[in-house]
Amino acid sequence: MKVAITSTGDSLDSKLDERFGRCSFFVVYDTESKSTEFIPNPNKEAENGAGPASVQVVASRNVSKIVSGEFGMKIKSLVDSLQIQMIVVKEPKTIREIIQMLNH
Amino acid sequence: MSPRIKKPRKVVNPPPIKGFKPYGPDLVMAGKEPVLMHFEEYEALRLCDYDMYNHHQASAAMGVSRPTFTRIYASARQKVAKAFAEGRQISIDGGKVYFDSDWYSCKSCKCYFNNPQKDVQITQCPLCGSDKVLSCDVETDCLDAENERCADFCVCVGCGYEVLHNHGKPCNHYVCPQCGKRMTRKQKSN
Repeated sequence: MKVAITSTGDSLDSKLDERFGRCSFFVVYDTESKSTEFIPNPNKEAENGAGPASVQVVASRNVSKIVSGEFGMKIKSLVDSLQIQMIVVKEPKTIREIIQMLNH
Repeated sequence: MSPRIKKPRKVVNPPPIKGFKPYGPDLVMAGKEPVLMHFEEYEALRLCDYDMYNHHQASAAMGVSRPTFTRIYASARQKVAKAFAEGRQISIDGGKVYFDSDWYSCKSCKCYFNNPQKDVQITQCPLCGSDKVLSCDVETDCLDAENERCADFCVCVGCGYEVLHNHGKPCNHYVCPQCGKRMTRKQKSN
């Protein structure tokens, strides 16, 4: 199972990005092979429509969960119809901490 | 010509009950049909009179236009009044709606998550695996963000000075503090 996490940087020690559509990097973590992949977000500076475009980026990697600090109105219904689970984390956590939690 | 198809209305918070029953002398209530209230009418009443949103904000939350929202709300009030005045039951059902998914919160890692597969029961937190999960209410944060988006501004045609619009006060009653011209409502880009 793959999980997408929004990140502010391209290392495991960077913080979770609070925004989904305009985050700096997506971390795709595979819970079976324990591998991580960092994808720079092409929609970081987008004027509008960053959310749906970002959903496409992560949906093309076949993720089944997305961890972020917030999801906008447009994204919620889209992600819901793709049957991807949204996880909202309000506390500042690093990517490493989140990956540890996912390995519970 | 067939009429335009109704847009589906978004219901974030389905009612916790199926309806209401009056109590009192059985003679009054006997043999009366219940009043059928739609989910969208319930949601309109909840947004307006329980969450205290104005029609503009509430219409954005339900994904319909402001006039449509006002019509749904008027119909809801009429049905509630009818049930009160005639001693009828209220049955909440039907309507052209779609439900936003259920949201849960985890007590141990303090995260929120939704359940995209509605037929599967949630017993574990998807993040930390703890079983201290609670079904939680509407994500109020998202509604706040929606409010910001649909806020109105008064703008000065002369110098472009902007101020948050005060509901119920026409913009042209205000004078720009910088150049003394009358203000007008800012046109939305979308």
